[in-house]
Amino acid sequence: MRILFSFFAVIALVLSAYAGVKIANLQFLFGVVIPYIAIAIFILGFIYRVLKWGSSPVPFRIPTTCGQQESLPWIKQSKIENPSSAAGVVIRMALEVLLFRSLFRNLKTQLKEGRLVYGEAKWLWLAGLAFHWSFLIIFVRHFRLFLQDTPSFIKTIEGLDSFLQVGVPLLYMTDVVLLGAVTYLFLRRVFIPQIKYISLAADYFPLFLILGIAASGVLMRYFYKVHIVGVKELAMGLVSLNPVIPQSIGVIFYIHLFLISILLAYFPLSKLMHMAGVFLSPTRNMVNNSRIARHINPWNYPVHVHTYEEYENDFREKMKKAGIPVEKE
Amino acid sequence: MATKFTAKPDELSKIDYKPPKKGWLDTPAEFKEHTFCWGAKGKNLNVVEFPNARDWSPAEEDWKLPENWQEIVLEGIKDRLSKYRSFKLFMDICVRCGACADKCHFFIGGGDPKNMPVLRAELLRSIYRKYFTASGKMLGKIAGARELTLDVLKEIWYYYYQCTECRRCSVFCPYGIDQAEITMVGRELMNLLGLNTDWISGPVANCYMKGNHLGLEPHTIKNSMEFFLDDIETITGIKIKPTFNRKGAEILFVTPSGDLFADPGTYTAMGYLMLFHELGLDYTWSTYASEGGNFGLFTSNEMAKRLNAKIYAEAKRLGVKWIIGGECGHMWRIVNQYMDTWNGPADFLEEPVSPITGTKFENAKSTKMVHIAEFTADLIKNGKLKLDPGRNNHLKVTWHDSCNTARGMGILDEPRYVLRNVCNHFHEMPEDTIREKTFCCGSGTGLNASENMDLRMRGGFPRANAVKYVRDNYGVNMLANICAIDRATLKALMEYWAPDVQVAGLHELVGNALVMTGEKERTQDLRLEPLPEKEAKE
Ligand code: SF4
Ligand code: SF4
Repeated sequence: MRILFSFFAVIALVLSAYAGVKIANLQFLFGVVIPYIAIAIFILGFIYRVLKWGSSPVPFRIPTTCGQQESLPWIKQSKIENPSSAAGVVIRMALEVLLFRSLFRNLKTQLKEGRLVYGEAKWLWLAGLAFHWSFLIIFVRHFRLFLQDTPSFIKTIEGLDSFLQVGVPLLYMTDVVLLGAVTYLFLRRVFIPQIKYISLAADYFPLFLILGIAASGVLMRYFYKVHIVGVKELAMGLVSLNPVIPQSIGVIFYIHLFLISILLAYFPLSKLMHMAGVFLSPTRNMVNNSRIARHINPWNYPVHVHTYEEYENDFREKMKKAGIPVEKE
Repeated sequence: MATKFTAKPDELSKIDYKPPKKGWLDTPAEFKEHTFCWGAKGKNLNVVEFPNARDWSPAEEDWKLPENWQEIVLEGIKDRLSKYRSFKLFMDICVRCGACADKCHFFIGGGDPKNMPVLRAELLRSIYRKYFTASGKMLGKIAGARELTLDVLKEIWYYYYQCTECRRCSVFCPYGIDQAEITMVGRELMNLLGLNTDWISGPVANCYMKGNHLGLEPHTIKNSMEFFLDDIETITGIKIKPTFNRKGAEILFVTPSGDLFADPGTYTAMGYLMLFHELGLDYTWSTYASEGGNFGLFTSNEMAKRLNAKIYAEAKRLGVKWIIGGECGHMWRIVNQYMDTWNGPADFLEEPVSPITGTKFENAKSTKMVHIAEFTADLIKNGKLKLDPGRNNHLKVTWHDSCNTARGMGILDEPRYVLRNVCNHFHEMPEDTIREKTFCCGSGTGLNASENMDLRMRGGFPRANAVKYVRDNYGVNMLANICAIDRATLKALMEYWAPDVQVAGLHELVGNALVMTGEKERTQDLRLEPLPEKEAKE
């Protein structure tokens, strides 16, 4: 149900782009207006969400400590997993963001003949990493469309990405990796019962969407060739705020572009914001030095406590009898 | 009320991990016997002016809620979203990857899918989506949103009291999403409606009025300590005279009251007494600040702060220079992550320096509170203690990292260093069950009652399983730790899952090994049990 809903939602998007361009001839709408709106939603929404999170304080210092604390000088501190300095936090965050450190720790818990065993479980980490990195590389590769002269680093990336030298045009490895990883991420949501149980439409939808984007991109590059000069013209027009609609770019391109627009607009509304959120997570981005340095809670307020005086009033006689010193005789 | 808990270990260890066919949004919680704690008594809530104080029972249909309970909960959520970035962020960025799913001891030991940390969070998130996000308002169930009905409230209550806030899930989450943070908020919301459990609100009321969870009055504390002192004299021939509420002492010592009350915590307390006596430490106990643990943490941030306040207040009144804290889990999570922020600055104290070794405890510069394992490790390193680890030869020891000290502080190697110096047989449990990946005792955060034994034994199953492994492979018979809740609850857990394994605090083993000036030849350990080797020697 949740899977089908998401699947048909993406199919509907594809069809509407197809119909819009092929039948209604709304090239300008799909090629210019919607992308502009999508980018605006993405940027403003992204900023809004981050500011909204940022507007709530972090009243307490609550890092999850995944290693030995800073202690006596002869005890070896785990400076990255339990950082007490800013440098440690930077490295911890870099490992988290670039290499998915925490996910790398993943274990699989199994019950075998009454005994619990913990096995390696690196597939999710691997697929996650492969997916995100290939997405990033593909994203960067696309910059050649927005720049008059392709910068050399993009050429280098392209060269590396296609170093297998397969087919014409050359096959990009990241295209294959991305499709494979997304498919894996989707299949685990279908076949692992627990993961299926926790999955919402909001988990399937972005997967189908990205799958749609990747598939349309691949089709366009390797199978239904589109007019690449026209694509570049349109892209350049968009970035220079001087939009033009070149003739005869295939409809598949508009489908690709429309799905990307939807992804951009959907991004700030959804869990995809984990991209920004990971940087803000207090359990990961704080130093564990709250016994060393004072941390202030901005909304701290005085509370009612049971004072020593009240306590002694309750127990004075008993204390005196037991020979425990009191303030007032 | 309920029948006695009789399920046998082999029944309980048959666990079905397959989730039900029907989706979780439509399955109300089924309150199973022996899985939840009794409701709070009105009188205990009244002591600390908690809202909606009345007697109530979770097993009954009517929870005696106020008319406008929905409004109260939603207002409560709104308030906490604005106060805690962790809460706001953790409501939004989970991608439901499921990496945390099989990391929770309650899920591993029970198989109930709502005990997967991600789903436990989703229970509250569904409400958040419905009332606080555009997509949830518009798309409803398809976006995973649902109305806050009475059933949903009960479900959240049921499952948020099946989380020990141990943070194990957070270690594995790619965004560090910490279910403990979410559970704390969930419990605060319940607290707004007076939906406390009595096992928590009783200790809170006690702690507030009498200084400690157990409600020990000043003279009782002194009296019960007399018993330990007598035992110590029997064992060592040395009469120790600790002081209470003594002004002008150099150090205040604060430990959980569990150490003063029941075995095996009491043996740990004997260890502290012997160590401090041997050092000639200028220290005092306090009957007012007679609790380091803090059950307030399981109700609300505010209550935890109210209970914690007495530690600094007492240090100030007595004019001590700094504080040593005993072996306790939640206490150290609080000391490390909250105390200074709540009740500091402790500028009336001095930066802690060991009077015996001269070591400056740089890592306690601001709180001025040193963990006793740090203190003792430093003594040993500097050769200030005469130890005879052979006196622990009858023990094959393994080490349980308490969740809070491991994942909310990172005290991992100090106690191990002490342990290796006070006993000769030490075996680690399997790697994936110790240090930051350590498993909860299954009874933290006020779940150590007797009516929820099913839950406790299931929750403790992963821990017990790892202990059983070292018991079977290395003959381990002692599970050492630095947490009062552990000492109280692991005992029952071991009896159930891994019989023959006993439980001890670190300083009990220190007390055993400590060679005291002028002591007689020891023939008994702190439990007054004969030391086998010594007997043979005679
Ligand atoms: S590991 Fe983190 S992101 Fe993944 S499901 Fe659990 S809480 Fe969500
Ligand atoms: S904090 Fe501990 S008890 Fe709570 S959900 Fe996470 S692993 Fe389970």
